[in-house]
Amino acid sequence: MFKTLFKNRGEWIAFLATIILLAVILPLVMPIFRLNLIGKYLTYGFVAVGLVLLWGRCGVLSLGQGVFFGLGGYCMAMFLKLEASDPESTAIQSTPGIPDFMDWNQLTELPAFWVPFKSFPFTVLAVIAVPTLVAFVIGWALFQRRVGGVYFAIITQAIALILSLGIDGNQGWTGGRNGITDLRTLLGWDIRSESAQYILYFVNLILLFGCVLVSKYVTNTRIGRVLVAIRDREDRVRFSGYNVAVMRAVTFAIAAMFAGIGGAMFVLQVGFMSPSLIGIVPSIEMVIFCAVGGRLSVIGAVFGAIIVNLGKTTFSEASPELWLYLMGGTFIAVVMFFPKGLAGLMEKLFSLKAVKAGFASLGSKMKGLVSKSDAKAEEETSSTTPLETPTTNSGK
Amino acid sequence: MIKPTDQQTFLLEVEGLGVSFDGFKAVDDFNFYMDRGQVHVIIGPNGAGKTTVLDLICGRTKATSGNIRFNGKEIRGMNEHNIVRLGVGRKFQNPSIYEGLTVLENLELSHPKGRGVFSCMVFRRTEDIQKRIEEVAEEIGLLEFLETEASILSHGQKQWLEIGMLLMQDSDLVMLDEPVAGMSVRERAETVNLIKKISKNRSIVVIEHDMEFVKQIADRVTVMHLGKVIAEGSMEHVQQNPKVIEVYIGH
Repeated sequence: MFKTLFKNRGEWIAFLATIILLAVILPLVMPIFRLNLIGKYLTYGFVAVGLVLLWGRCGVLSLGQGVFFGLGGYCMAMFLKLEASDPESTAIQSTPGIPDFMDWNQLTELPAFWVPFKSFPFTVLAVIAVPTLVAFVIGWALFQRRVGGVYFAIITQAIALILSLGIDGNQGWTGGRNGITDLRTLLGWDIRSESAQYILYFVNLILLFGCVLVSKYVTNTRIGRVLVAIRDREDRVRFSGYNVAVMRAVTFAIAAMFAGIGGAMFVLQVGFMSPSLIGIVPSIEMVIFCAVGGRLSVIGAVFGAIIVNLGKTTFSEASPELWLYLMGGTFIAVVMFFPKGLAGLMEKLFSLKAVKAGFASLGSKMKGLVSKSDAKAEEETSSTTPLETPTTNSGK
Repeated sequence: MIKPTDQQTFLLEVEGLGVSFDGFKAVDDFNFYMDRGQVHVIIGPNGAGKTTVLDLICGRTKATSGNIRFNGKEIRGMNEHNIVRLGVGRKFQNPSIYEGLTVLENLELSHPKGRGVFSCMVFRRTEDIQKRIEEVAEEIGLLEFLETEASILSHGQKQWLEIGMLLMQDSDLVMLDEPVAGMSVRERAETVNLIKKISKNRSIVVIEHDMEFVKQIADRVTVMHLGKVIAEGSMEHVQQNPKVIEVYIGH
């Protein structure tokens, strides 16, 4: 099992280092406000991890992952909104007990599709099942007709537009452009409190690493090889007896499921959901997270989501207009110069040899510390080796 | 009840097959019958429609008329992967293998187990499968190259690997499109041996230009010209056919 998940020591180290950074170091050094922001960025990590499977491995570029992020998010938001709209707290409305935006839109009754979202188990099921099924149906219909490449990308883009406009236009049912806001509690638990934000950050992290492991499993078993084969030699795969359309549709569905979980976690940590988070522009941004991080590496994708979003927050505070150009430029630069993104760069820097050399020097360092004789001298000589090795290796 | 024992059942029956691209009839009223355990070669000048016939049989191109029956079952209009699952294997003109994978992985991916999404996820290389892979690798002369990445194999070895992938699929009918194109003399001789060896328990359709090679392997030859069959029979028989001589000399 371990061997299936991690093909070499480098992958294992990267995975472990990421866990340590996100689960130990950041919570220790960051105030909760910043940590909550990182948690928000990580919800996009779910989408990026799904895109690694879908785009990086299977070669299907979807510019509509926001749709599935949104479906998962709205499912969760509907549940939380219903909980926040109990008759006592909505007593001033003309119809108490329904969400405030419905009351503003002269609705007097909860629409039928909202009713099941009073149940938490149903909501959890819906967060997972709705995006997965929608993606499978769309994917199967399109891949069966051999729609692929740029045409598929355009259609997913159109679906993202349709969904965000549909939500926007049906204010009474969906909250319209403002989205679903003012979400307070989850089963009576105040999700806006500091302790809740800490807990949600870790729940988010566990789910994200669950998704990372699932996609690593998929990548490293036979189905992963089939996906790469579909990307590189679609025809041959058909003539090896595989149903290419179903394989692609399932991959699309898995990516959508990840995105849906991400959306639900976004709602829990940020406290609202709106169509502006799921339309065309956010969907394209999600692809950029994946590209910057490295579309062949799930760990890279997680970092891509964090780094691009950090950049967005930092730069758009200073000059919002400039950020769009900067992000576009980054995307072009990554595609042209680092097609494997950050993960590719890291791989080059820490080629397996360099990692081994690093270990060797670390080992001698430890020995030096233990024996305490000539510790200083040994440390000096050994600390220079790991720095030199990567540079000589990266040239090859 | 009288059993129809005298009635011959063909492995592959193609009747009245035709396809036209924008009014151009690439294959027209094509008839083709194949017995089990035969090597049947289709020859003909460039543009005769040979590759198109293979494309039609394996479902890559959809026919506009005619019937294709495999083991008595109509396969015209079926999806490629379903035709493959019935036992029709197809080798392409240019070696079409998974370049990034090793020889072993190429063969493993062609194994019929694990073609579905979920069986694919839980697929394990059992001893049986490992044994089968080694058997096939030995047959195609790549046993020492199991761990070699397919992209660095020689052209001839790539062709053999693709044939090996069809053997892994357990195809009853193997269709080879120009299997010796670009091969050296020695590689050709080995391919002849390979085809003779594998034809013992399956039927093989070959498209080929090289007449020497055809003579060595063919049980039966079909000559195509402009999408139609102009002669069929043994190699000696078709070589004496005046129409065939005209087509080939005129070419």
